[in-house]
Parts: sequence; structure tokens; C-alpha cells
Amino acid sequence: MSIKLTLPLKKEDIKCLRAGDSVELSGTLYTARDAAHKRFYDMVKNGENLPINVENETIYYVGPAPAKEGAVIGPCGPTSSYRMDKYTPMLLDMGLSAMIGKGERSDEVIEAIKRNGAVYFAAIGGAAALISKSVVKDEAVCFEDLGTESVHKYTVKDFPCIVAIDSLGNDVYKR
Amino acid sequence: MREIKALDIKNAVKALFISLNCEIGDDITEKLSNALEIEESETAKAVLSQLLKNNEIARKEQIPLCQDTGMAILFVEYGDKLIVDGDFNEAVNQGVREAYTDGYLRKSVVDDPVFDRKNTNDNTPAVIHTKIVPGETLKITAGAKGFGSENMSKIKMLSPSASVEGVKDFVLETVRTAGPNPCPPIVVGVGIGGTFEQSAQLAKKATFRSVDSKNDDERYASLESELLDEINKMGIGPAGLGGKTTALKVNIEYAPTHIASIPVAVNICCHACRHKSIEL
Repeated sequence: MSIKLTLPLKKEDIKCLRAGDSVELSGTLYTARDAAHKRFYDMVKNGENLPINVENETIYYVGPAPAKEGAVIGPCGPTSSYRMDKYTPMLLDMGLSAMIGKGERSDEVIEAIKRNGAVYFAAIGGAAALISKSVVKDEAVCFEDLGTESVHKYTVKDFPCIVAIDSLGNDVYKR
Repeated sequence: MREIKALDIKNAVKALFISLNCEIGDDITEKLSNALEIEESETAKAVLSQLLKNNEIARKEQIPLCQDTGMAILFVEYGDKLIVDGDFNEAVNQGVREAYTDGYLRKSVVDDPVFDRKNTNDNTPAVIHTKIVPGETLKITAGAKGFGSENMSKIKMLSPSASVEGVKDFVLETVRTAGPNPCPPIVVGVGIGGTFEQSAQLAKKATFRSVDSKNDDERYASLESELLDEINKMGIGPAGLGGKTTALKVNIEYAPTHIASIPVAVNICCHACRHKSIEL
């Protein structure tokens, strides 16, 4: 059975999740992948404010295909998360509470997840057409010049994921 | 000599890329369905069911099954009695350009790998491997390669003393290291022999072969099935969440090589192993 959760997540909800749990996420999240993460990282290093407040928010690692006329969004499955590892501990220390992607994370990311009581979800790689049915609203937020890599805000309903790394650092990929 | 129109090549390439991005081959569907039958874990079954459902939605709605609609790769067999009434490479690239623009496919190519990384905004240039063959037929095998799996691929120059054991170890190590990242269940393309670059090209070509096929040489065919068994014992499973199905197939292509070497390239492809052929 899937655990139904509302985004942004509450700290007490995160604490109850365990690696391997099936969840369905509803609510709002931000999208960002390689290029947007690099910008976030460079901005913080330069002492600038980020265009979004990541505190308590969820970031989904995705670069969607274009939407057909009349569709809310194009196919939008997860991309490999390890490429964001360099930038992730900083975002977690700034209050980011959840990430959605696919595949393993570095030890540094796992430590930062534990330190901040965060959670990492895996969506099913290559199930992009199916996942697009869970997105009910798509709004552009920033870095529009990055095209598919720009930051958007999605409203999702019953987005199916698996808890990949829980707040205690249990990792579904290391079983 | 037979003349062929550049416009016909462009249209064929465009149609191929739209279709292969929205419709997975029946060979993959059959393997995924078989995997669903043999998996015992609820998670593995759930993942495989979602993938089958995903591919059905994509086919029905004619939308890409994966958002990573890849880099466009073409293996072309160009008959030596064929004349194109224009620029062949430009016709192919124009086909790719129109497919990715009109077909709602993601444009994922950047102009230079290190410095600007500026999106070319039309998914060109395509990677075109052309072989001149006897005859007056043009055969195009097109594929869209996602980079979640491409990034997990490796190449190694082994010594002849490494023998078949060395080849096996390298293939298995590559798949084990890739773990959940390349979107398992994967298709493993292995290129053995030739030169450094030829082995890589053979590995790519191997991923373009049907997952129903086997190598014509019995020794390589049994190596394919032996490697598949070993890989599926790893337990990585669908989406890397555990299970019996880590790979759907291992395809090997080989070529003559130098007395001093056994080049081995392992090109990993995700379950969205998308390719289609046409003859003009």
C-alpha cells in the first residue's frame, strides 16, 4: 500500500518514512537539474539570494519533453540524481527537505540528508509518459534561458515514488 | 545507378525518430512482460507494470515514452550504386531537426561539451555512421540514446592473456558499477575486438540489435547468455530496487583485432531501447 503525502512535507511526516516505502505525493514541488543546480551553487558561493526559497521544499530532478497542445506537461520522468550530488549538501543545509530523482547518492549527500532530517525519493526512470499524468499544473519560475533545464513549479497529484534514502540514512540501493 | 531524393531521406529520418521515440519495439515489450511473470518481489512487479503501462500510454497518445529522447544516432548502409540529389548528411540532420521540433521531442544536445554547453535547440548534429555497401539500396537504422545509460558505459583495452574471463569480468564489473543508474532492466551492448574506436562502435551497434536475436557465432551466442545469467544474479532489478531482472539481453558484436589486444567496450542501454530501420 502506498503512503499518501502532501508537499511541502512536514518534518514529522519525513521522520516516519523508511527506505523502501511506496508513497504517492500530492502538492507543489520545484524542478531543477544539472544546469539550474550549477547556477544555484554559483549564486550562493557569490553571496547572492536564490530566486526560490528552498526551505521545506521538494526538488524534482527532471527535464521534460515539450507538451503537446492542450497537455499540461510533456513526458517528465526523473533524471539520474548523482550528477546533482556536488550541489545537494549545500541545498539541504539551506533547508531543502526532499528530492526526487533516480539512482544512488554520494556519502556526502546521505550525511547531509541525516544531518537535516531530509528524504530522497526515487521515481521510476523511463516511466515519463505515465508520470506526466500526475502533473496537474506547470508554472515557469526562473532561468527560462535554460529551456528544458529551467526551474518550474509543478502541482502534482498522486505522484508514485519509493523512499530511496530515509532521514536515518537507510538506503534502498545498498540492501 | 539509382537516384534517390534528399527530400525522401529527410522525410524518412523524421518519421523514424518520431515513431521510435513513441513506440517501443515488440521485442522489448515481450521481454518486460516475461520479466513480470518471473519476478517475485512486489516492488519489482510494480515497476515492470508501470513500465508496460507507460509504454502503452506513449504508443496510444503518440508521446515520447521517456523524456530523454536522446541523441540521434544512425547506422547507414549506403549502396555504392546510389546517388543522392543533394547533401546526404544535411538531409539526415534536417530530418532529425524536424522530428525533434514537430514531434514534441526533447532537444538535448549542447554545442560544445566543456565551455558554453549551449543547447543547439534542434537536437542536431546527429551521430551518423556510414558504411558503403554493394548495391543500390539505402538502409537506415536510427536510434535515440538517452544518456542516463550512456554515462554508465565503459571501454577497456585488455591483454590477450586476459582471455574470455577478462572480457566477462569487465562486462560484469561495468554493469555492477552502473547499478540502478542506467534505468534497469537494461540492454547490454558489448563490442569486442577491432581498435579502440571500433569496439565502441560495435558496442553501440549491438544495442541496436533486437533483444530476440543472438550472435551468429555459437561461442559468442553462449557468451551472451552466460553474461545475461550472471548479470541477472546480481539482484539490481527493475529500477535498481531489487529483483531478478537487471538486464533483458546481452548482445555481442566482434571484429578482428591486433595480436597485442582485446579491446572491450560495454555500451549500456536503458529499458527504453529505441531503434527502427527502413530501406529506401
